[in-house]
Amino acid sequence: MSWILPPSASTFAGDIDFLYYLILVITGIAFVVVEAGILLFVIKYRARPGRKAEYIEGSTKAEIIWTAVPAVTVVIIGLMSAGVWNNVKGRNSTPRNAIPHQVNVRQFEWDFVYRGADGQLGTADDFTVRNQLHIPVNQPVALQLNAEDVIHSFFVPAFRVKQDAVPGMAISTWFEATEVGEYEIACAELCGLGHYRMRAMVTVHSAADYQQWLADRTAAADEE
Amino acid sequence: MATSAVSLEPAAHTEAHELSFLRKYIFSTDHKIIGVQFMLMSWVFLVFGGLMAMMIRWQLGFPDRALPGGQLLPETMAPGGILLPEFYNSLVTMHGTIMVFFAIMPLLVGVFGNFLIPLKIGAPDMAFPRLNMASFWIAVPAGILMMAGFFVEGGHASAGWTQYAPLSSDPQWTGVSTGQQIWLLSIAILGLASILGATNYITTVVNMRAPGMTWFRMPLSIWALFITAILVLLAIPILSGAAIMLFFDQTIGTHFFDWTDGGQPILWQHLFWYFGHPEVYILILPAMGVVSDIIANGSRKPVFGYHSMVFAIIAIAFLGWIVWGHHMFQSGMNPTLGMTFMISTLLIAVPSAIKTFNWMGTMWRGNIRFHVPMLHAVGFVAMFVIGGLSGVFMATTPVDIYIHDTYFIVAHIHYVLFGGSLFAIFAAVTYWYPKMFGRMMNPALGKIHFWLTFIFYNLTFFPMHNLGVYGHMRRIYDPSQYEFLAPLAPLNKFITINALLLLVVQLPFVWNFIMSWFKGEQATDNPWEANGLEWTVPSPPPHGNFAEVPTVYRGPYEYSSPLVEEDYLLQTRKLSSDFDPAAAGAQEG
Repeated sequence: MSWILPPSASTFAGDIDFLYYLILVITGIAFVVVEAGILLFVIKYRARPGRKAEYIEGSTKAEIIWTAVPAVTVVIIGLMSAGVWNNVKGRNSTPRNAIPHQVNVRQFEWDFVYRGADGQLGTADDFTVRNQLHIPVNQPVALQLNAEDVIHSFFVPAFRVKQDAVPGMAISTWFEATEVGEYEIACAELCGLGHYRMRAMVTVHSAADYQQWLADRTAAADEE
Repeated sequence: MATSAVSLEPAAHTEAHELSFLRKYIFSTDHKIIGVQFMLMSWVFLVFGGLMAMMIRWQLGFPDRALPGGQLLPETMAPGGILLPEFYNSLVTMHGTIMVFFAIMPLLVGVFGNFLIPLKIGAPDMAFPRLNMASFWIAVPAGILMMAGFFVEGGHASAGWTQYAPLSSDPQWTGVSTGQQIWLLSIAILGLASILGATNYITTVVNMRAPGMTWFRMPLSIWALFITAILVLLAIPILSGAAIMLFFDQTIGTHFFDWTDGGQPILWQHLFWYFGHPEVYILILPAMGVVSDIIANGSRKPVFGYHSMVFAIIAIAFLGWIVWGHHMFQSGMNPTLGMTFMISTLLIAVPSAIKTFNWMGTMWRGNIRFHVPMLHAVGFVAMFVIGGLSGVFMATTPVDIYIHDTYFIVAHIHYVLFGGSLFAIFAAVTYWYPKMFGRMMNPALGKIHFWLTFIFYNLTFFPMHNLGVYGHMRRIYDPSQYEFLAPLAPLNKFITINALLLLVVQLPFVWNFIMSWFKGEQATDNPWEANGLEWTVPSPPPHGNFAEVPTVYRGPYEYSSPLVEEDYLLQTRKLSSDFDPAAAGAQEG
């Protein structure tokens, strides 16, 4: 049982994790203060014979304090979050040098469409790999999510990225992996009886390995 | 000053004719009987919902083992005792549906709205007793219909209690058509019951308060139920409308949510959550109200900051009504809108904090009596705090990217609806049981039930936060499919075992509830030495409640008042220093 987030491997994961830990500390303090206060009061003010409670109706000063402190705290959290949110999900947040992919999503699989040799998506030499996304490390990747039947949600826990794919809507999301390795992709939105096994993998290559993989794939596609 | 458009005269309701058994206990127009009827109905559904939760938990804890007793289920649900994924999805859908619509909501709004409002404001009954009866007798067939969905071809609705289109709107994606339509019809019918009930509560509170029962002399339970009724009127018609639209998409080929023909799946989410978020507050505000009454009684002190408690209820209701988009941060909704909803959502922390600190302020320097209702009420505050604080994580849009649709939200909703609402329900049931049934519940059994529930509740739900922090998705049939979830398997087993124990430790309560009805100690009029109007009449109160129209002289929380020797002061007790509105009215007249 742990409150520590699992290892992360994307550029914006650090910002998200920082906000998480910040909130963990703030709510942790509030939790301890309130629960300890309750415990203290129930012990200290338990009924004893011959004693009467003090007739106290309230305190304006106390009300102002416990209105203002949470209000200021949450507004600060909100302001700190706004920048990160805009950086990750804002309409113009996708970096211009991102490698574009189309992702055709259906019950219960992910088809990752890659640019072919011409470097353009939507042309004849595009190729598709089912349930496998191969990307280079330290370079942003943009996914155009295209749901073909119901709503799915693209979730890579290690990259702290999650985005619903809604049929009929053009939704894109991006991320930039910072560690070479293999990471699991999950569907996070209930999408039918196979939802639980709608799993895919993202493989993050070093720059050289990625070029090699691309060359192999393109050659394989040509032979077909 | 309370003026009355509806007759307050008890005589109109207590004409001395004998009612037949059928009119007295089955098709009763007496708000107290209807309250009890709603309670019995809700208990049955609470058991159904709980059993579904056990099946879900079994599957998550032991995905490769047959459910004990699962052989009794038909082949279409669990061949050989192993749950099918489609049946699992139905269970997930129906556990949420049953608990929200047929257990917690009727327990709080149906039971305590009905039982408490007339008694606590000094009215002989509801403004529209027949409408009230209709509300219950509409809810019952809706519930039966909802359960019937399990037995139709194709199984029950399986698109989640949130019923996201297109999964819910087109049978080809789930294989469910009749079950899905039954779900929608049942919800639309139940919506009618809620709307009738809410109309009744609002009218009654506005029109039927006894002389002297000014707005700011109303108990917080009544304030909360009143504001809740307004929220019901704002939210439920939207759900009913959306359910009918989805039903039409299913049956007569409309395309409201069909993207291939001009519809928009995300429209469903806006409509659903425009209802769904106020619904969360419909399920928590009455809980906050009854807990405020009980904490003041247990602490023998006035509620700390009564007026700010009232304004906090109103603020929560208002904010709760403009935050629905926070369920949709990752839905593809415009991210700028996400920012707006983040701010309004975070602001709910403010009135929630006001309420929590005022409950603590009420206990401060009190003389606390730990009767069973008080234990549950303090448990409510301790648990609601956790539910409130975990909400901050999800309100914060960037953090939500990661924990959205994980077990973190499952933990959060259960800290609010079980740790919050259900503990408040236990508090309220044990507190008003003597008034409802004229008998006391066994306090020893009550304390055993509280402590065991408190322990196993936390052992079940607290670790779900940790599952969520690790990225464990909600609504998945078999977590062992994912490598990254493998380290969580022992924790899933641990939760499942505690969930089973949590169910078992409800037995003392069931036993206590039933046996006390027949054999409990006779209750006096005012067993908790409380101040409210309901404690001035016999337990249980007669049809028509009050022998004569009561006059109210003060607020509901005058505990340990320096004006009197005892540590409580009934709202109707006239002291020599009190102004008598009835006499003044007579002179003016």
